Amino acid sequence: MTAPAVWVENISKKFDRVKAVDRVSFAVQKGELFGIIGPDGAGKTTLIRILTTLLLPDEGKATVAGYDVISSYKKVRHLIGYMPGRFSLYQDLSVEENLEFYATVFGTTISENYELVRDIYKHLEPFKNRLAGKLSGGMKQKLALSCALIHKPELLFLDEPTTGVDAISRIEFWDMLKRLKKRGISIIVSTPYMDEALRCDRVALMQEGRFLDIDEPEKIIGKYDKKLYSIHTTEPYLLMENLRENVDIQSVIPFGDHVHFTTRKDVEIDPGDLQEALIAKGFKDIAVKIIKPGIEDCFMDLMNIEPQ
Amino acid sequence: MTDDGSNIIVVKDLVKKFGTFTANDKLTFEVRKGEIFGFLGANGAGKTTALRILCGLSRPTSGFVHVAGFDVSRHPEEIKKRIGYMSQKFSLYEDLTVEENFTFYGGIYGLSRKQIKEQTNFLLENLKFHKSKEILIRALPLGWKQKLAFSVAIMHRPKVVFLDEPTGGVDPVTRRQFWKMIYDTASSGITVFVTTHYMDEAEYCERISIMVDGRIKALDTPASLKQRFNAINIEEVFLKIARN
Repeated sequence: MTAPAVWVENISKKFDRVKAVDRVSFAVQKGELFGIIGPDGAGKTTLIRILTTLLLPDEGKATVAGYDVISSYKKVRHLIGYMPGRFSLYQDLSVEENLEFYATVFGTTISENYELVRDIYKHLEPFKNRLAGKLSGGMKQKLALSCALIHKPELLFLDEPTTGVDAISRIEFWDMLKRLKKRGISIIVSTPYMDEALRCDRVALMQEGRFLDIDEPEKIIGKYDKKLYSIHTTEPYLLMENLRENVDIQSVIPFGDHVHFTTRKDVEIDPGDLQEALIAKGFKDIAVKIIKPGIEDCFMDLMNIEPQ
Repeated sequence: MTDDGSNIIVVKDLVKKFGTFTANDKLTFEVRKGEIFGFLGANGAGKTTALRILCGLSRPTSGFVHVAGFDVSRHPEEIKKRIGYMSQKFSLYEDLTVEENFTFYGGIYGLSRKQIKEQTNFLLENLKFHKSKEILIRALPLGWKQKLAFSVAIMHRPKVVFLDEPTGGVDPVTRRQFWKMIYDTASSGITVFVTTHYMDEAEYCERISIMVDGRIKALDTPASLKQRFNAINIEEVFLKIARN
């Protein structure tokens, strides 16, 4: 039997009085693409730093590829690739020098594992003599990923690789992760973007140091137990004020050009009736529907806080 | 360029070059008073460069840029007095309390003690935060910091407030509370100029512009853009424009 890629039991870590990670347990299987989804301050970075042997937990036990992150930290470091949230390559070395440096530290060469990084590094090759500090955000991200991969790790830890990255580069980055997964690399990735959950095999939804849920994204969506209504509108704020006056309606949340709402317990609203009522009140281009929730709906439901 | 007084920002043929690199290539647009204007674009498209010029922090290579009635090349200091600015990176002083931050920034903006007190109370009450004004900023979660930073950025009642990715990394509930604040601010007469990578937030803007490679490739209401690009949402519009 082979060990899981990551195995965590009851890990906690406090900073002063703040519980950054609070009794978290989970396992990641080999070859899995596992997402830790949550806002800033949820504890994602602390958890990843514990698993990458850069921080000691206050309590609990964790193994990576079967090795204890405390007693076998040197072994773990050889098996993993890590891309921190903050760009931390050498700004005053060139693109190629950075990659060469990381290969050398791990006792290998660029040419030995070039195949693994080729897809990503080929975008950088025209700029291989440029200093890393002079690269654009998207290129820094690709270089950091190349450096994390150059020693052919079994596991990859990526801490918020898409934060502050535009919508297109985000899609491209997740496509890259999918290709790496196909090569059998286990990937643990954190992100504050809820929609990225759908790109993972399984996700943990994290908030204030705890996992709210951990499952396949579709199963998390399946567990949402309320009827969710959505209204397309060109005037979301006006519509929300109107809906909040309706005693049958519980939560009202804007989603771009839609407003999502749920009803009080045991109350059902007929979408057609509501649509007519809203049109009678003067709303134009209104369409009321019952919809399947997205991960962001689920996350807010699990947070159990009402937006004001 | 005619300005009938209904625009708070007027930009015509703005060019900004760094050496041979053109970061802003003939940008032309207006922002109306009281509008929520979304300024979108891929990383490296030139948004930050333009934003710095609009705030009076950098001079255009050529072109006409008026903000709050002043020319950025000739009167940047007058502009700075009339605008507010916040970003995820530049926020409040961590080792000062909530109230001390308001007092400090109020002083910088040249408000009287009385005005500072009034504005601090008014804004903190809006946030339902007036009971916690002795708390150090450092002890607050990011979402609260961002809401307070926004309040500080408008405490001198600027003509226009620039928000640079104000909701990056913020939890989904707070993100929406933040947009409620943006709406309230705009309806109180302060123009809001905002950048974001969340495409659902782009839908909340009255008009948005999308920049690609230093140029504005599209500028309109979200509804018109979706119609013109035959897209179901702004994310799709964005992908269609930026990939071409």
